[in-house]
Amino acid sequence: MKCFEIEKLNLHYGDFHALKNICMNIEKENITSFIGPSGCGKSSLLKTLNRMNDIAEGCRISGDVKLFGEDVYGDMDVNMLRKRVGMVFQKPNPFPMSVYDNIAFGPRTHGIKSKYELDKIVEKALQDAAIWNELKDRLKKSALGLSGGQQQRLCIARAMAVSPEILLMDEPTSALDPISTGKIEELLLHLKEAYSIIIVTHNMQQAARISDKTAFFLFGQVIEYSETESMFTMPRDKRTEDYITGRFG
Amino acid sequence: MTSIKEKVMSRVFLLSALSTVLALALICLFLFINGIPAMAKIGAFSFMLGKEWSPSDTPPLFGILPMIAGSLYVTAGAIIIGVPIGILTAVFLSKSCPKKLYKFIKPGMDLLAGIPSVVLGFFGMAVIVPVFGESILSASIVLGIMILPTVTGISESAIRAVPQNYYEGAVALGAGHYRAVFKVILPAANSGVLAAVILGVGRAIGETMAVIMIAGNQARMPVSLFKGVRTLTANIALEMGYAAELHREALIATALVLFVFILVINLGFAALKKRIK
Repeated sequence: MKCFEIEKLNLHYGDFHALKNICMNIEKENITSFIGPSGCGKSSLLKTLNRMNDIAEGCRISGDVKLFGEDVYGDMDVNMLRKRVGMVFQKPNPFPMSVYDNIAFGPRTHGIKSKYELDKIVEKALQDAAIWNELKDRLKKSALGLSGGQQQRLCIARAMAVSPEILLMDEPTSALDPISTGKIEELLLHLKEAYSIIIVTHNMQQAARISDKTAFFLFGQVIEYSETESMFTMPRDKRTEDYITGRFG
Repeated sequence: MTSIKEKVMSRVFLLSALSTVLALALICLFLFINGIPAMAKIGAFSFMLGKEWSPSDTPPLFGILPMIAGSLYVTAGAIIIGVPIGILTAVFLSKSCPKKLYKFIKPGMDLLAGIPSVVLGFFGMAVIVPVFGESILSASIVLGIMILPTVTGISESAIRAVPQNYYEGAVALGAGHYRAVFKVILPAANSGVLAAVILGVGRAIGETMAVIMIAGNQARMPVSLFKGVRTLTANIALEMGYAAELHREALIATALVLFVFILVINLGFAALKKRIK
């Protein structure tokens, strides 16, 4: 089953044509990774999926993006879209407030006020992000005091607290050390049972380790999109091969 | 040759830096030397808490409680009027103002900051006094306008200094623009916004000319928002011209009280800032 259907998607930042005629379907309950050199458009595509590009100045989009058949750029309420399609950023961005308030921010935004319910959501989200044991005694402490890896897992927990259907991750481990990266990868493999995950990464080993399908981007185009295993063992396109063998990028 | 130049220049820089401290020390010294004896003669208690100010009576009465209350009322009024508008303006300017409008509002704010207080006082006399009389309310409105540029300017830069990724994080969770701004950005900027408010308070409590022109200046305990009042600053400015002997010293002691107020506000601010951090 597909969660996203993308058709003839074009994206411009001012005069710059960042995404060229993208057509792809993304599978549900799967990890899909986007790889490619810097500036190839992989993050831009990720951000069109939850309309974070709306914030970017001078950004124009044409074409179709459908979330379970519903047009993302149509009548859909953008805040509801972002509730359904969560996002984790490259740099951990916990809010300057307590761990608890960070997690509770999303549910509160969507109208949950009862302390009992919020407590439950906070505990569940932290448990799902495998960080409950580390943080259960520090719920009232500022989230800014956590380590980088903990902050990023907190951000994942925060994204999950609004029970999204899909998680978008924009190079979530590029600012972290290898141990924290390992923990997050482990977490993602666990989360894909329940969520569809799309991850942008610069790290090809990471894509090979965790993702089911991989898309290779170059100059705003999808060069190759297939099962991760086949892409890394038998790339069909010469450019993909050059990239994954480290000849450029 | 070069080393002499270097030495001389380093002294020049040091002296420039010290001039601030020196000026402050001299002001302190002047206020305390002249103010304390007067307070001792009048009695600190009857000076600070006395409700009657009539220097020409026999014996003269020097109670400044009405002026302390006047300053507090007028300043509080200015805060109530100026701070919410200032902060909301800052949010608008930094987060949702179209560029074309910004080019119009921002220089307007800067210009407002540069308008001499006597002109604002005149505006108050011509426009606000006919409606609300010479009163606490009129003075509060004019002072509220006067502190707007300070509150707005400093709050705006504090809000702009908050990393954009907080905003993105909030929006990505499905929060609307204003929810993200008020629940995440503004709290993250709170120490800067607090600084803006404190500077506004300082400006309002120290303002003299505009207040004299519209507050009525009756040296009595405040009775109503629509009745006149006299502030500490007005008390000094109005009577210093003809005061002599104990009367003059009492006015300097009034300035001392004002100085201590400002000091307390600044210390309170420093403490609050520490606690927030």
